[in-house]
Amino acid sequence: MSIEAIQNEIIDEFSILGDDKESTIFYIMEIGNGLPEMPESDKTDQNIIKGCQSKVWLTAIEKDGKVHFQADSNTDITKGLISLLIRVLSKRTPEEIIQAELSFIDKIGMGSIIGSQRSNGLAAMIKQMKMYALAYQAKLNA
Amino acid sequence: MSLNIQEIRALFPVLHQEVNGKPLVYFDNAATTQKPISVIDALSAYYKNDNSNIHRGAHTLADRATRYYENTRKLLQQFLNAREEAEIIFTKGTTEGINLVASTFGRKYINEGDEIIISTLEHHSNIVPWQMLCEEKGAVLKIIPINEAGDLDMQAFKDLVSPKTKLVSIIHVSNALGTINPVEEIIELSHQVGAKVLLDGAQSTSHLEVDVQALDCDFLVFSAHKLYGPTGLGVLYGKRVVLEEMPPYQGGGEMIKEVTFTKTTYNELPFKFEAGTPNIGDVIAFGKALEFINQLGKKQIKAHEDELLAYASDSLSQIKGFIPVGTAREKISVISFNINGMHPFDVGMMLDANGIAVRTGHHCTQPLMQRFGIEGTVRASFSVYNTKSEIDKLVASVSKIAKLKNK
Repeated sequence: MSIEAIQNEIIDEFSILGDDKESTIFYIMEIGNGLPEMPESDKTDQNIIKGCQSKVWLTAIEKDGKVHFQADSNTDITKGLISLLIRVLSKRTPEEIIQAELSFIDKIGMGSIIGSQRSNGLAAMIKQMKMYALAYQAKLNA
Repeated sequence: MSLNIQEIRALFPVLHQEVNGKPLVYFDNAATTQKPISVIDALSAYYKNDNSNIHRGAHTLADRATRYYENTRKLLQQFLNAREEAEIIFTKGTTEGINLVASTFGRKYINEGDEIIISTLEHHSNIVPWQMLCEEKGAVLKIIPINEAGDLDMQAFKDLVSPKTKLVSIIHVSNALGTINPVEEIIELSHQVGAKVLLDGAQSTSHLEVDVQALDCDFLVFSAHKLYGPTGLGVLYGKRVVLEEMPPYQGGGEMIKEVTFTKTTYNELPFKFEAGTPNIGDVIAFGKALEFINQLGKKQIKAHEDELLAYASDSLSQIKGFIPVGTAREKISVISFNINGMHPFDVGMMLDANGIAVRTGHHCTQPLMQRFGIEGTVRASFSVYNTKSEIDKLVASVSKIAKLKNK
């Protein structure tokens, strides 16, 4: 499925929840609970994303020209947010990740759901994922 | 006579709104209280009718603004039972008050090997200025530990205080836990060894009767915005004998008597410490906040807040997974807690979805959080305009949230 198609899928899922902030937050937490466990050995200071108030660890590996992300957080809502990003961006080529425009964030009104501090954190997560993609792109083209 | 809370609520415009489709429940009063309409109107009236620079203007507006400004100082002198108005100095807030004392008293009197005592309960603003001073002077910072309930270990304090102690700077009431510290005893013991005492009254002055003469503290600092007043304004009380001996804080206009290029003489108290044009409008509006408190009476305010605290503590402690943080013998109306298995940020966000405003995180007390081995807490803090039915909403929401991880 294309990045665009997955984003549309997410937009549809959130639209069912309507304007109810509480159900939306519960839903984000539920998504977070589905995030695969990250090995404790990967939860190092080096893997922490800077710019997030809560702790978020992110790792990336390259397999057959595609970047696979794994992440975890100490808060359930943040886990939900990173898990949405992984759904959209993981197992993609570096080019796809670098060029991806994550329009679903604005379309589901994420800013008003999670507030400005967590929105900054979300932006930091996206930036870090794109940085990994840039690094792997350079490596693959070397 | 008990207070009519609905009448009081009617005075606070901000309380009458919906947040996320729910009526606002404002439980972040330890961060800042809301403002009664009299304060908001006074601020607007000042800029509409009286705006002018104070103290030296030879015109009617300047005279009027000066009188209103100095009237707030008079109200503060009475509010704290200071000996005289000259002992009341306006600052930007609690943080500036502490920094002022560190930069003036601290620089002059604290030397290599001297000791400053603070406690585990301190807000960062009563830690960092002293760390900076100690680093500059080669002085030593000593910390009074606390017990599991969040009460100071007074035996440890008695062991720490010595003739080396030059200053004890202590939080009167903990912002993170609500603990009311035994400051009378601390002041007495400190004075016995010749140390001066600064009280951080940011959380105490809005809840407790604070009489600086009865307490005999040397300094007291607090912020107007936690007493129903405007932000960006604070108060430093200091004993005249101590303030007189202190060098000025900042140089500039207002704080001088006479300036020549060879020598400047400084103004009298309190102006010696109020360089530059002060925050005139906010000082005038703050007077209305003090009048609001005086009209209700601190005793009545405290009685209502104590009732809310007891009611909330009882109800919340029934919830499976509710973990109180700080259960001191004497507390103001602050409840700090965690929910088993959940991060305080998430709890705060879910409460906000229900229109309930609380604070989450370390509350600018990271060493205190480290003492409890936690990252932070959820803090609900009550004020005079809060009601039991609002607490019922908090309890219902916390209950629902706790069930997610505590079935």
